[in-house]
Amino acid sequence: MNIVKLIVKNSFRHRLRTILTIFGVAVAILSFGLLRTVVSAWYAGVEASSASRLVARNAISLIFPLPLSYEDKIRQIEGVKLVSFGSWFGGIYIDEKHFFANYAVEPESYLKLYPEIIIPKDQKKAFLQDRKAAVAGRILVEKYGWKIGDIITLKGTLYPGNWDFVIRGIYRGRDKTVDESAFIFHWDYLNETLKKTAPMRADQVGWYMIGVTNPNLAADVAVRIDKAFKNSLAETLTETEKAFQLGFISMTEAIVIAIKLVSFVVVFIIMVVVANTMAMTARERIGEYAIFKTLGFGGWHIAKLVFGESLFITMLGCALGIALTFPAADIFSSALSTYFPVFNVAKKTIYMDIIASIIVGMVAALFPTWRAIKIRVADGLRRIG
Amino acid sequence: MYSFRNLWTRRLTTVLTATGMALVVFVFSAILMLSEGLQKTLVDTGSYDNAVVIRKGSVSEVQSGVERSQASVIETEPEIAIGPQGQPLVAKELVVLITMPKRGSDKPANVVIRGVAETSIILRPQVKLVQGRLPRQGSSEIIAGMSIAKRFKGGGVGETLHFAMRDWTVVGVFDAGNTGFSSEIWGDVDQLMQAFRRPVYSSVIFKLRDSSEFDKVKKRIESDPRLTLEAKRETTYYKEQSEMMAKFLRILGLSLTLIFSFGAIIGAMITMYAAVANRTSEIGTLRALGFQRMSILIAFLLESLFLGFSGGVVGLFFASFLQLYTVSTMNWQTFSELAFSFSLTLEIISIALLFALVMGFIGGVLPAFRAARMNIVDALWKS
Repeated sequence: MNIVKLIVKNSFRHRLRTILTIFGVAVAILSFGLLRTVVSAWYAGVEASSASRLVARNAISLIFPLPLSYEDKIRQIEGVKLVSFGSWFGGIYIDEKHFFANYAVEPESYLKLYPEIIIPKDQKKAFLQDRKAAVAGRILVEKYGWKIGDIITLKGTLYPGNWDFVIRGIYRGRDKTVDESAFIFHWDYLNETLKKTAPMRADQVGWYMIGVTNPNLAADVAVRIDKAFKNSLAETLTETEKAFQLGFISMTEAIVIAIKLVSFVVVFIIMVVVANTMAMTARERIGEYAIFKTLGFGGWHIAKLVFGESLFITMLGCALGIALTFPAADIFSSALSTYFPVFNVAKKTIYMDIIASIIVGMVAALFPTWRAIKIRVADGLRRIG
Repeated sequence: MYSFRNLWTRRLTTVLTATGMALVVFVFSAILMLSEGLQKTLVDTGSYDNAVVIRKGSVSEVQSGVERSQASVIETEPEIAIGPQGQPLVAKELVVLITMPKRGSDKPANVVIRGVAETSIILRPQVKLVQGRLPRQGSSEIIAGMSIAKRFKGGGVGETLHFAMRDWTVVGVFDAGNTGFSSEIWGDVDQLMQAFRRPVYSSVIFKLRDSSEFDKVKKRIESDPRLTLEAKRETTYYKEQSEMMAKFLRILGLSLTLIFSFGAIIGAMITMYAAVANRTSEIGTLRALGFQRMSILIAFLLESLFLGFSGGVVGLFFASFLQLYTVSTMNWQTFSELAFSFSLTLEIISIALLFALVMGFIGGVLPAFRAARMNIVDALWKS
């Protein structure tokens, strides 16, 4: 009890300095938390993907389509339960700055395959009945103030022209990892229009989404699918949805690594600041430590004092930083919504915050403690005079 | 002099504070250098005198499609420059992406394959063959850019790549300096179109006879009812390709530096407040000796500026080594791999140093005022 009291009292002897240090730690923890959240936002697609779904695409690369005729062939393959397909539309709303994901899918099988996309029953019915209908995610709808029945025009980049869609439904995610800012519409609408304007590009799909009967056998099913189309004009590459998403991330891996590195640099910077504070504190109190020693307290006692103070300061800063992370993440989330549709502070991030600040507190206290323990009583006392 | 000596006396604290600042300056300049490098790479890729024609509304060559008949119309534009052998300097090209594994990690990445005509290489004076030879027309031979040859499996001379049901032999490696072309693979356009079963070109590139005629030819192409195409200067085209990525780097960079500098300023403040507190009696003595409040203020401010400056220099020193690194990542807009390096410019140096000085100033100004406002008697009394 006594030692705790002493630590708290000690901490606030230099009120200004302590408050500044706490602020410093809070800022560092805040930025560490935000950076970690950016990293986890990067992996959001992976989190949201299911192990029981496969994605088949053209083996050359994603920009090459697969023929529509593959649908029936894939369905006949052993272990396949459901087949859906889609094409990336890449339409632009207003201008390029207003980016959101928009793609055409075969709606009935798609919604069956993706139970995490939740649309109210009546809206779902309206969406399925109208070929020009589209559903949009909750966040997207809120951002642009769309209402059901609104007509949205997208300018095609891959498919020329202006395309009109009627919003028939607003979907929500079953949990937080689901991207609620996508725009989904009927593949038939795209295909029928292409048949008229560019018949060569009709009856082709961007990728197949495949539900398997048994998730444990997903890898085997993937191999069977690829085998079926080996040496054809359009060879397939089939992988689990998770691997597919990870492939995307590995392409931008350099940036993820840079962000991770920077997040450690932040911790390092704050370590330097706290170490500075502790070094100054210890220097000023060298005389006191000498007195403690004269009174018969061991080195351990002094070590406890220094470590306790250092940890006390960093933990206060850490708590403040974590508290600030949530509102800051909200601001970030709206500023970067184009890049990261899913931006949540994960529990893991908070744990990492706490661990980081404990490490900072410990390391910062090391050197001053070592000095305080090492100092000879006589030297320490002489400094006072 | 007084300020400088002070810093020297409290070495540990000085070093710690300056290290903090150096790290902030390091991160700050690294991010500036990265977005500078990215933009430089993409801007250097284009030549001001070249025009790119792509389908209206498509943002990049990969998304675009130019039909053969449309391409022939473009070919007859009178503003196209004439080459040394009397041929018009125009190239109909195909741009597609293929997935290739990286060397070492085996991780897949999207690589641009460009089907080129004979004139393509004349249109891009940056592109120089450094190894092997140019592919023969009408054969399954390709040449790879430097970054591809180094980073991707099957990209080196003599190696083969398998795609579109054919084996393609790499017969040469070209260096295009710090441009996007270094991250591309080039092959004969007709062969590639056949192999990929693409009946349309992606873009038509031509050199202008006279650079100032661009607006004229642009207007003509865009108002021609037979063509649903748009023309851009090559420099503009590539600049637009980097915008999304550059903006992302800027947002992330600026918010990071803002938060970071906050931390560093707090660090400087702690140091300076401690310096003032420790030297109360010294300040009293100086004042008693007849030094003005102003000179004390200046002395402490100078000390803090010194701190900031040395932090800035150290940070920049380490950041300059980053120029040796090349970053290779996917550009979201083109969806393809792009290699670019950190680039340090004089502008970045001055911004970073200014930034360090500002940090030092903000961190030092309050403590300096406290020092200057001290009462002589009180200050001396404290000792």
